[in-house]
Amino acid sequence: MTNLHAATRRELLIASGTLFAWAYLPKLARAEGRDPRLLVIVLRGALDGLAAVAPVGDPDWPALRGNNALTLDGKPAALPLDSFFALNPAMPNLHRLYTSGAAAIVHAAATPYRERSHFDGQDVLESGLPKPGAADSGWLNRALASLQPAGRAGSSRDAFAIGPIAPLVVRGPAPVLSWTPRRLPPASGDTVMRLIELYRHTDPVLARALEERMGLATIARAGGMDGEQPRPPAAGQLRAYFAESAGTAAKFLARPDGPRIGALAFDGWDTHAAEGAMNGRLATLLSALDGAVAAIETEMNDAWRETVVAIITEFGRTARINGTDGTDHGTATVALLAGGALKGGRVIADWPGLRPAKLHEGRDLKPTTDLRAVLKGLLKDHLRVEPAVLATKVFPDSATVKPMPGLLQQA
Amino acid sequence: MALDPKAQAALALHRFGLGPRAGSIASMASDPRGALLAELDRAGAGRINNPDLLTSGAAARAAFAYQQAQRAARQAGGAAQQANAPSGAGAAEMKDQSAPPAPAARPNPGPSVPQQIYLGEAKARIDAALDAEIGFVERLVWFWSNHFCVSADKGNVRQICGAYEREVIRANVLGRFGDMLLAVESHPAMLFYLDNARSIGPASMAGVRQKRGLNENLAREILELHTLGVRTVYTQDDVTSFANVITGWSVVPFRQDFVRGGEFIFNPRMHQPGPQTVIGTNYPGAGVEQGRAVLAVLARHPATAKHVASKLARHFVADEPPPALVERLAKRFLATQGDLKEMAKALVAAPEAWEAPRTKLKRPGEWVIAALRAVGAAPVEIGPVMQAHNLLGEPLWRPSAPKGFVDESAPWLDGLAQRLDIANQFARRFGAEADPRDALEEALAPLASTETREAITRAESRPQALALLFMAPEFQRR
Repeated sequence: MTNLHAATRRELLIASGTLFAWAYLPKLARAEGRDPRLLVIVLRGALDGLAAVAPVGDPDWPALRGNNALTLDGKPAALPLDSFFALNPAMPNLHRLYTSGAAAIVHAAATPYRERSHFDGQDVLESGLPKPGAADSGWLNRALASLQPAGRAGSSRDAFAIGPIAPLVVRGPAPVLSWTPRRLPPASGDTVMRLIELYRHTDPVLARALEERMGLATIARAGGMDGEQPRPPAAGQLRAYFAESAGTAAKFLARPDGPRIGALAFDGWDTHAAEGAMNGRLATLLSALDGAVAAIETEMNDAWRETVVAIITEFGRTARINGTDGTDHGTATVALLAGGALKGGRVIADWPGLRPAKLHEGRDLKPTTDLRAVLKGLLKDHLRVEPAVLATKVFPDSATVKPMPGLLQQA
Repeated sequence: MALDPKAQAALALHRFGLGPRAGSIASMASDPRGALLAELDRAGAGRINNPDLLTSGAAARAAFAYQQAQRAARQAGGAAQQANAPSGAGAAEMKDQSAPPAPAARPNPGPSVPQQIYLGEAKARIDAALDAEIGFVERLVWFWSNHFCVSADKGNVRQICGAYEREVIRANVLGRFGDMLLAVESHPAMLFYLDNARSIGPASMAGVRQKRGLNENLAREILELHTLGVRTVYTQDDVTSFANVITGWSVVPFRQDFVRGGEFIFNPRMHQPGPQTVIGTNYPGAGVEQGRAVLAVLARHPATAKHVASKLARHFVADEPPPALVERLAKRFLATQGDLKEMAKALVAAPEAWEAPRTKLKRPGEWVIAALRAVGAAPVEIGPVMQAHNLLGEPLWRPSAPKGFVDESAPWLDGLAQRLDIANQFARRFGAEADPRDALEEALAPLASTETREAITRAESRPQALALLFMAPEFQRR
């Protein structure tokens, strides 16, 4: 028998994924008269940074991607950021913010992880540890735990996660409240495809059943039609889920007595085949993400000017397109930053080049910026986390990785 | 098909049990059959010892008192309701602000007493399934509970369906079929569910005075579903006679008796007097003994043996069970006077039970529990687990007909897309602490195909990997 004990209200709330609260505010930032907000969005599955922000000025770029290369005269045309980089056309909102100085992009960035396992890569990204391994807390939570509480203020909350389970990045000693969207996202089109693929090889009865239920019967019958991909669950559903999650996060962060730091995770970025950077799957995902950023801006309202949204992913993808019009697991990628508090309008990159000899292990964009430097820069200048704490507790063993300066308008 | 010991252990856990937990396969591998038998021998096997759970009588009276109070409140007018509005506080308050305010916001009074009791029983049952070492005895409980199903959706049953399972199914799951049968047919849950509580012998004292009379529902289902099986040795005359036999098997009215209200009573004033003939045997005796005698004969009948044997084999082995196995189980049933523990042992001893290909699709409840066990989840809140049962078409203790939930795989295939949604949800909701690679080893290990392994290890995220594990053919079939 389970050892039943009287469950407190709080335990019930945690277990059911509903909201729970614990109040304190970052003291130092408050003392300066600021009220900073930070929202971290983790893209799970490894975003293709080169397809999100393309180095259109690099002469080696088109050859790597062929027809799939984003270009300024492509259809649709990439949105120019500067003389060298251009943004995926599925992200007009981010482009608008960038132009107005409220978005910045860090390119050729990576965590210290150099292998290519999603699980381990996500652990390193979210735990803040230099290596994969048993991690039970995330860098964001530890950063929060280090902040001096300025006392309880009303019903203020410190951090929250959206989704039924808190992402590792916000798990840890500082209490995390959570809010679950009314509807969980449906299984992604990618999950459906992986499952159908598995069933086709192992269990034709289940394959047929799932294909029929997913309305894919026609495709199954068409058989080996190359490149024919069943359509993922409606793009509209995905956009709605991204926008609802992000918009609700912003609604809470915007409230005077609301939490100040939050995190969410969006899945689906593992684009091994038929990546569709311009018109397909990745374009849909980026468009949904762009909508999420817009929803945050809208819901933040006046608080937008004190906001930073950091969009990060475990690693990048191969520089070259693969044999199935997709990209495989790689290394360096982009970090997308948005928010009124940023000193934006620029792509921050120590560009490594795309010639074969310049690629990491001959295949991936080479990392030239440690993602931890970016995150440390944000935590230090936005939330006033002490550099010594950043180097030891938040990102252990990272003393040599200096916080990136000048990311914020107000240093 | 010679399976190595670990594969046999994994097979046993999926086919006979509720799916592996961390370490289960390893700890059973030295002797899978022995481990199954040991679970049958454990003291108190099948029981739930939870002092918070009410007896069916107490539950019925609590629900009655609640309904009385509700009625009184309604009669007193709406004023009382208004005063009860809970003051929003803390988390609830924040949640409210995330959602658009309901147009006519009325305070939610929370679940009714019958629903609270139902959910408490459901929690105890889910906990028992999650806590079981292998889950063989739990699976037997589920099997017999479905064989003798009642439905919470029928009036008066919701508050006592959990107690019913504990009092008559669990108490006899490794005892004798005849004892379970008698306990079932005289339990208020069954008497309410199949309308016998109000069935009145036409020539009884009550029948002579009132217009109401015989109800054949329970008698028919005992013959058709609980014992002999449909289209076997009985006729419509047997149904009617048997219905007469069990008139008076009823429930103490709540208004009459506040102490024993809701408990079984044999009411001689409702009982059809005189002898009855059921399937060629004359039952002269009067009173409750007459019904007991018929049930005792039914429990020993060869048609019952065959019916029970084929259902057991169909449930545990294959949709089309091997005839030789059914034959053997039926013989065992007759030879042991319906000893259900011996039947369970015979299943474990049957080579067919280990050789049959793993083609049966787990029923939704089995699959849901297996998923939770695979990731070591122990939900405090059972809401999502109950919702999963509902969405997948097997709401707990709520079958749509007295036949219970179907056992064959084919109809459950229709819910495959819903399973994917649940798999996706569960992976996110309950899989926070689980490493899918470990879960794969602990839950499937030797049974996992190369393709399944690759799909799981190459997933783009842990939640996706867990969803794929839950959906893998090897995890869904047994």
